Amino acid sequence: MEFDVIICFEIHAELDTQSKLFCGCSTRPGEKPNTHICPVCTGHPGTLPVLNRKAVEYCVKAGLAFNCRINNYARFARKNYFYPDLPKGYQISQYELPLCENGYFEIEGDDGQPYPVGIKRIHLEEDAGKLVHSTKSFDESTYSLVDYNRAGVPLIEIVADHTKNPIRSVAEAKRYLEGVRQTLQYIGASQCIIEEGQFRCDVNVSIRPQGHEGFLERSEIKNMASFRAVMDALDYEIKRQVEIVESGGDLVQETRLYDEEKGVTLPMRSKEDAPDYRYFPEPDLVELDITEEFVQQVRAQMPELPQFKAERLVKEYCLTRTEALVLTKQKEISDFFEQSCQYCQDPKKLASWLTKELFRVLNENSMDIRACPITAENFGKLVEMISRGDLTEPIGRMILDEMFNTGKSPEIIMEEKELKPIQQDEALIGFVRQVISENPDAVNKVKSGDAQPLNFLIGQVMRKTGGKANPHKVKKLLSEKLVV
Amino acid sequence: MELFEMSATQLLALMKKGELSSSDITASVLKNIEEKEDKIRAFITPTPALAMKMAKEADQRLRNGESVGRLNGIPVAIKDVLCTKGIPTTCASRILSDYKPPYNATLVQKLLEEGAVIVGKTNMDEFAMGSSTENSAFGPTRNPVAPDRVPGGSSGGSAAAVAAGEAVVAVGTDTGGSIRQPASFCGIVGMKPTYGRVSRYGLIAYASSLDQAGPFARNVEDCALLLSVISGHDPKDTTSAPKPVPDYVGSLNKDIKGLKVGLPKEYFIEGLDSQVREKVMSAAALLEGQGAEIVEISLPHTPYAVGTYYLIATAEASSNLARYDGVKYGYRADKDIPDLLRMYEQTRYQGFGKEVKRRIMLGTYVLSAGYYEAYYLKALKVRTLIKQDFDHAFQKVDCIITPVSPCLPFKLGEKIGDPLQMYLVDIYTVSLNLTGLPGISVPCGAVDSLPVGMQVIGKAFDEETVLQVAYAYEQMRKVLKVKGERLKTEGK
Repeated sequence: MEFDVIICFEIHAELDTQSKLFCGCSTRPGEKPNTHICPVCTGHPGTLPVLNRKAVEYCVKAGLAFNCRINNYARFARKNYFYPDLPKGYQISQYELPLCENGYFEIEGDDGQPYPVGIKRIHLEEDAGKLVHSTKSFDESTYSLVDYNRAGVPLIEIVADHTKNPIRSVAEAKRYLEGVRQTLQYIGASQCIIEEGQFRCDVNVSIRPQGHEGFLERSEIKNMASFRAVMDALDYEIKRQVEIVESGGDLVQETRLYDEEKGVTLPMRSKEDAPDYRYFPEPDLVELDITEEFVQQVRAQMPELPQFKAERLVKEYCLTRTEALVLTKQKEISDFFEQSCQYCQDPKKLASWLTKELFRVLNENSMDIRACPITAENFGKLVEMISRGDLTEPIGRMILDEMFNTGKSPEIIMEEKELKPIQQDEALIGFVRQVISENPDAVNKVKSGDAQPLNFLIGQVMRKTGGKANPHKVKKLLSEKLVV
Repeated sequence: MELFEMSATQLLALMKKGELSSSDITASVLKNIEEKEDKIRAFITPTPALAMKMAKEADQRLRNGESVGRLNGIPVAIKDVLCTKGIPTTCASRILSDYKPPYNATLVQKLLEEGAVIVGKTNMDEFAMGSSTENSAFGPTRNPVAPDRVPGGSSGGSAAAVAAGEAVVAVGTDTGGSIRQPASFCGIVGMKPTYGRVSRYGLIAYASSLDQAGPFARNVEDCALLLSVISGHDPKDTTSAPKPVPDYVGSLNKDIKGLKVGLPKEYFIEGLDSQVREKVMSAAALLEGQGAEIVEISLPHTPYAVGTYYLIATAEASSNLARYDGVKYGYRADKDIPDLLRMYEQTRYQGFGKEVKRRIMLGTYVLSAGYYEAYYLKALKVRTLIKQDFDHAFQKVDCIITPVSPCLPFKLGEKIGDPLQMYLVDIYTVSLNLTGLPGISVPCGAVDSLPVGMQVIGKAFDEETVLQVAYAYEQMRKVLKVKGERLKTEGK
């Protein structure tokens, strides 16, 4: 039996605001527990929320990036449940009238065609705190501590629409997740650092035997800490559902937890046990008027989105699609590329040096391009010299390393290290003569019409110049000398 | 006349002249508290030492010739639902019995900035849920006018304190009548301003869309003064209105001649004590005698107000009170508790009183899947209809006059066993919380020595008219009283 699959994500992304959603506390992670807290975000009696404007802006920005309708009238709601990491006993979220509705995100389908995955809504809500258990598992812990630093940090939730072009495979799921994350990073709404929990998701998955009308009961999977875990959980869950159906069993609607160590999903609760969150409009916040003017302001700040940027790079710089995709993976990389292009006539060479050599240096130092000490201008100039043949690639690499270490321009480094290319023919001819006299066998072979040893001779000259000669020029000079 | 019996306006004038110090006044009030408190029990936490310290500071400011606040040196009592930094704020609940807020409510901050002297935190129905101040974890407050009777609720402690001279003025909160009804029962003035007029930041929420803080005083002028101090937009409360605060005291004297005063026919029906009715009607007649025009109006959705109120209030309360879970602050049941769920259950079972638990359960039910549309959503719709009733009425009139309570102050224990009967006591007051409109309770006589209050209702953010009418009426009654006494003397 063959099966169709649909996969539907609920993605949570922490917004990159300075302060929390409803108070002035810092959103910075990784500090000592309970240092970024105040009476508001710890739910003290009598406190009230005051909405962070920047967070609204980021949510609207995300809505625009994912082609949503921005509601001109939005409302907050309380989602009620008890848990120690939830200070007020409810989460301020959105239910009816979210900020953004009815959008899509285009990915490349498995058939190679563009596929706009439906997005039902994007809404704004506050994060909860974190529990720290005395042992690894909650059940075995004798005590648990609560850290409210994260409580009140703004989140957006991006809910996919299972009725409009749902994701059809694990491969599409991966492209969707990566694409959504990339877009959020591009628009500056979220850094989406997965290890820090800034980008998390739950996923719904259901299957049907091919040819069947409707899909079978879905399961929702929670507790996946990485992209890898999401893909593994999906693979496992699809296989599990298929096996049940093939063996004549029935699927039930349920929520399952992914156990990363065992690589399996385990039942958490059935549909009947699903909590009733008793949503109702948040009376402590006035309803939000989103004016057309505000939306226009946000729209005006929208950067070029990665898909469009990649297409443009292909056209404008004659790059291959693969090259363009690598460059646009991170906004700052493509920005760096375009800035470098102003100082270099050879975008292909630039793209290749950026993705190979600059990435190598950054990786060796586990550094993000945003912190890179090499300016786009200096990088462009270096590649330009290599492209012109003024520098050999090995010397170019040496200079690049030096540029990374010192932040200096390539010209200054060349001067300091006496790496200035030997430009004058007169200077080179000495080396050429020397090599000819030292290698009579090779010279004879060339003279007798065997071009093979010419490269060897060029290499000898290059070695003597310490790589500072232009190999094309050396070849030219050698050829002239060896012509009978 | 003892100092504690004098009005804030009088005391401020005497202090300004240098004839009196805040220390004298505060000492008089504290002595009176000491004498009466055993019987009245208006306070949960009296703060005599703090009060004397603040009084001395107020005196020092006056002596130094500094520009002083509008309440400099005036002893004020604060309902224990308003957060006071470092001073226990219990909401009359076991669950917050040891809670000391890390911050001041905006309203409290304003009182401090205006130089008020805090004499203590007053008793109330637990989490402001009740109409008699009997639902307090610290025992009931008694009505100073008739000690076998309740002072009304939920701000019964603040009302009793002001009535008994245990404070010169006080602040309370009103979610369904909790300022106006106790003011009426204790024979003083109490006002619920328009929703959004006074910041709710630091007001421990019962029902967020209905809660509003307001003043208690022994006369309308003091009430106006206190209102002007606590009013104003607060960036910490986005539901507070960004509107300028008028000079409530300065505008009191405006003539009410030609003012159109509405009497809603639905408010004078069966269930209203006939003697209360008579008092309110004669008050209306008195206003008419002064040139006000009395107009009969209709508020047709009045019969649904109490039901609507109890659906919305309990729904919000069930969520607002979820934070009392024993995790972060307040009471926690921690003996022999094997797991989190049991900790929650025992904490809330032991920490909350009966009425609070009843309302949490009601509210949880109202918001539950399958019932939300039938109860909560329906209630929101009726709320809109009630609002429209008032909108229509205010096209014809400038203010509306009604009774505050359908009954006279009742005896302790009389209604506590019958929650439904207790809920119906709020019939004339809840509509203003549902609509957000301002209302004042002003004394309009007594039946068998038990005070009766008249309610004056105004348009949204038109506290001025409300206060003007109440003030005009108060002045007329004074004249009548003097005349009456003269007649009595002459008769002898």
